[in-house]
Amino acid sequence: MIPAPFDYVAAGSAAEAIDLLARHGDDAKVLAGGHSLLPMMKLRLAAPAVLVDIARAAGLAGISVDGDELVIGATTRHADLVSSALVRADAPLLAHAASLVGDPQIRHRGTIGGSLAHADPAADLPMALVALGGSVELAGQAGTRRVRADDFFAGFFETALADGELLTAVRVPRRPGVPWGYQKFVRRANDWAIVGAAAIDGRIALANMGPVPLRARAAEQALAAGASAAEAAELAADGTSPGEDIHADGEFRQHLARVLTRRALEHLS
Amino acid sequence: MQVKLTVNGERRSDDVEPRLLLVHYLREVCGLRAANIGCDTTSCGACTVLLDGESVKSCTVLAAQASGRDVVTAEGLAPDGELHPVQQAFRAEHGLQCGFCTPGMVMAAVGLLRENPSPTEQQVREGLEGNLCRCTGYHNIVRAVLAAAEGSGGRPPWPAPRASQPTARPR
Repeated sequence: MIPAPFDYVAAGSAAEAIDLLARHGDDAKVLAGGHSLLPMMKLRLAAPAVLVDIARAAGLAGISVDGDELVIGATTRHADLVSSALVRADAPLLAHAASLVGDPQIRHRGTIGGSLAHADPAADLPMALVALGGSVELAGQAGTRRVRADDFFAGFFETALADGELLTAVRVPRRPGVPWGYQKFVRRANDWAIVGAAAIDGRIALANMGPVPLRARAAEQALAAGASAAEAAELAADGTSPGEDIHADGEFRQHLARVLTRRALEHLS
Repeated sequence: MQVKLTVNGERRSDDVEPRLLLVHYLREVCGLRAANIGCDTTSCGACTVLLDGESVKSCTVLAAQASGRDVVTAEGLAPDGELHPVQQAFRAEHGLQCGFCTPGMVMAAVGLLRENPSPTEQQVREGLEGNLCRCTGYHNIVRAVLAAAEGSGGRPPWPAPRASQPTARPR
């Protein structure tokens, strides 16, 4: 399968990418690893006229510490998250989530910024960022703003990214030594979650239980009020109305959300 | 557009369409047919090649994205006709049946052993999860990768002859 024709521009910096996005408007899409975008272009589900490649833009990759947060450049690849001593120490839930994305070849190409901007509700990193209470930095011609993960995912494959904005970095609270749980239910290797659950520090996030990665707020509130993991997990699917597909109907997804949340809360790393 | 890259140690410069996929570039422009087009959807791994020394699925990489980088295909493992240790191990352990997945399996295995020269069986299985064998010949494939690792004495079976050293990834 061959994508529809497009023009390719490699941006040397975030500022150059933002200029290019402003110039080309809706015709342009940002390319990093391309492991969400290129498959869609090959299937002609997307046919942007211009690709702005940020993979080699200066300053967009890398992991650093800023006070009590990790700052992760948007073009940092899944494989880099998995192998980073900083991420493994300060946000091991994120390193683990990244290790479950696709397969080794995909992790060598896919980036954290790309996965978050793609906003697949079944994907690992969006759920992980919601569980961690992280945020993203969005840069545009008007400047840079920070958006919390809870507010970033706006709908099915939709985000708070405005026209012409570029996701430049991801911020994650540092929590060395804080127990966390991560559960992903799949039937095949290297697949997306049929349902996923991630828990840390009283926060619980769910994958593929709705159009965006969700907080299991009823379960979180029960935990905060002193409920056991099993009691809280019974509430994990409250308020959700997950969709039906070839893998599972809504009722089964709600069952999975309860079971996986209990496991995430009980099997802590 | 012009792409400049190294393929199996050879510096190349070619005028390509931006939409040209790396696997088509390798097969049709370079004439290297080892990387196979299987699923064409980033699933099967038959098109796996090394990009700056790391395994990637070349059906989901643009030739443009490989510009300035170092690509190695299965042909580049044995440029002088002497099989690479991983290829030798696949032969010795009968790590192939129909052979379609083999070039991708071998490249994924070489990439895996570069990152982890002494993998456990479980690590080999997980390291090859991006490669499908429709003959289901996985047992001998895993055996071959373990044999290659053992034969290398814990050192990665690398560098391949003539292939240039992986360059630092531009950041």
